[in-house]
Amino acid sequence: MTSMLPSALRLPPALHRHRGLIILAALIAVLPLALRNDYHYDVVINAGLNAIVVVGLNLLIGYAGQISLGHAAFFGLGAYVSAILTTTYGWPALGAMATGIVVVGIVAYVIARPILRLKGHYLAMATLGIGVIISIVLNTEAQVTGGPDGMSAAPFTVLGYTFASEQSWYWLVGGALLLTVWLSTNLIDSPIGRALRALHGAEIGARVVGIDTTRYKVLIFVISAMFASFAGSLFAHHTPTVTPSILGFIKSVEFVVMAVFGGMASVMGSVVGAFIMTLLPNVLAAFEDFEPIILGGIMMGTMIFMPKGLVPTIAKKLRRKEAP
Amino acid sequence: MSLLKVTNLTKSFGGVSAIRDLSFTIEAGTIHSIIGPNGAGKTTLFNLITGVYTPSSGSVRFNDREVGGVEPHKLAELGMNRTFQNLQIFHNMSAVENVMVGAHLHLRKGLLHSMLRLPSLARSERETREQCWELMDFVGLAQYRHTEASAMSYGALKRLEIARALAAKPKLLLLDEPAAGLNDTETREVDEVIKRIAAQGITVVLVEHDMKMVMGISDHILVLDYGAKLAEGTPAEIRSNPDVIAAYLGTVG
Repeated sequence: MTSMLPSALRLPPALHRHRGLIILAALIAVLPLALRNDYHYDVVINAGLNAIVVVGLNLLIGYAGQISLGHAAFFGLGAYVSAILTTTYGWPALGAMATGIVVVGIVAYVIARPILRLKGHYLAMATLGIGVIISIVLNTEAQVTGGPDGMSAAPFTVLGYTFASEQSWYWLVGGALLLTVWLSTNLIDSPIGRALRALHGAEIGARVVGIDTTRYKVLIFVISAMFASFAGSLFAHHTPTVTPSILGFIKSVEFVVMAVFGGMASVMGSVVGAFIMTLLPNVLAAFEDFEPIILGGIMMGTMIFMPKGLVPTIAKKLRRKEAP
Repeated sequence: MSLLKVTNLTKSFGGVSAIRDLSFTIEAGTIHSIIGPNGAGKTTLFNLITGVYTPSSGSVRFNDREVGGVEPHKLAELGMNRTFQNLQIFHNMSAVENVMVGAHLHLRKGLLHSMLRLPSLARSERETREQCWELMDFVGLAQYRHTEASAMSYGALKRLEIARALAAKPKLLLLDEPAAGLNDTETREVDEVIKRIAAQGITVVLVEHDMKMVMGISDHILVLDYGAKLAEGTPAEIRSNPDVIAAYLGTVG
């Protein structure tokens, strides 16, 4: 990776690997200067939660080359586990969140083994089916989940401190996003990350050098589902009510669109994609009826002129300018 | 004991037998070539030995262990590795990362260890990168240390595959047409690389069309025709074998 910059600009390896993280931390630190009210905070917090899901999803789609149209289900499942355990059973928030992550990890593992043998369209269909099934279960098990009306989670309290104001949530989600980006960046630049990229690049080539490709596909499916669950739990405590609509098919597609729009196989691309796709509809709301058309136009234009997504394309342009 | 022992191996695709009742052995520490006209079944044989295909019948024993139909990643663990005629390069990674994937088996792969990038991982990554750079030097790719794989020429990628296979520290290395598509200079370089690999005690099996190369470096040659063994022996024996001459040049009358 260090080869991408001319030697004069080369940073120490640890800083170079995490240059995106450093920029992101700086942006998170100064962004509140531009936020005028609770509504602004709310939009940015949701963008941050989406970004956590999309960073995890991009590990699966962009790096390992597998598709999932069911990630909203893992997000939703995490949210419901947190809501049910904290409200109905009075569990502490962090315990409920950890349980949600483990439960979602197990669910993802059980379904990953059979479905990851599928490829392309078939894999997409199978993951889509999982989302639909989980959604139906949560809709119909009304005595546990509140059915279509949904339910609320208890306030998010850690060591006696309750995150109540939008400002406190902003820093909480900002920290969670930075943690996600840090863990993901480390993973990609490790033997496991290389195995994932290798099975995407040339699966047979990966197998003959000793990589059990099925095992790694399952592993990354489970990890990306766990990131979604993590974001889902935070969402449950932040939103007034958790309803089955948060884990619908449309939401899953949105996550995939954010990953592709921001840039496949790019951690920072996922963050940028999630922020733009969450913020844009709010910004474009001023255009009222024309909003979907403008949004669609921006997306089409980006994909036509930047098929690799926003961040990888811009990064490449910058690199070319720097190079002698 | 021979390193690789193939007995009565057969592979049929539908009604067509690509390999028919083939038996041969490969001794450790030799350079062994498999030659034959186009369509003789050389690549199929490679795919059978390396677990890409499952044999229809017969046995493949590696290090005195039955490996017919065993998955490729398990064969790699046992010490068998290969390159491909039509390349299997990871174009989404840099050249040195391609080689580092080859070292996968010998690295610690703990999940938390990786996600937290503990100091021991950072150190092992640094060492692995150094070793992989040395392997790139060894196959003559020193100038590509900082290059993306997608920016390399065909000839360089052929050698990159060899470096990747070496990173797995194999006992047996199978090279599928390492000189195909290379010019004379590049062919001579690959020739030298193969000799240096064998000198390290790694047994090399190659499928190759370049007769000059095969005759020059092989200790032992197996000739296939229509999926069956036509002849076997030293380069001198093969050169004077009437059946081989007939298969390659056609018979008169």
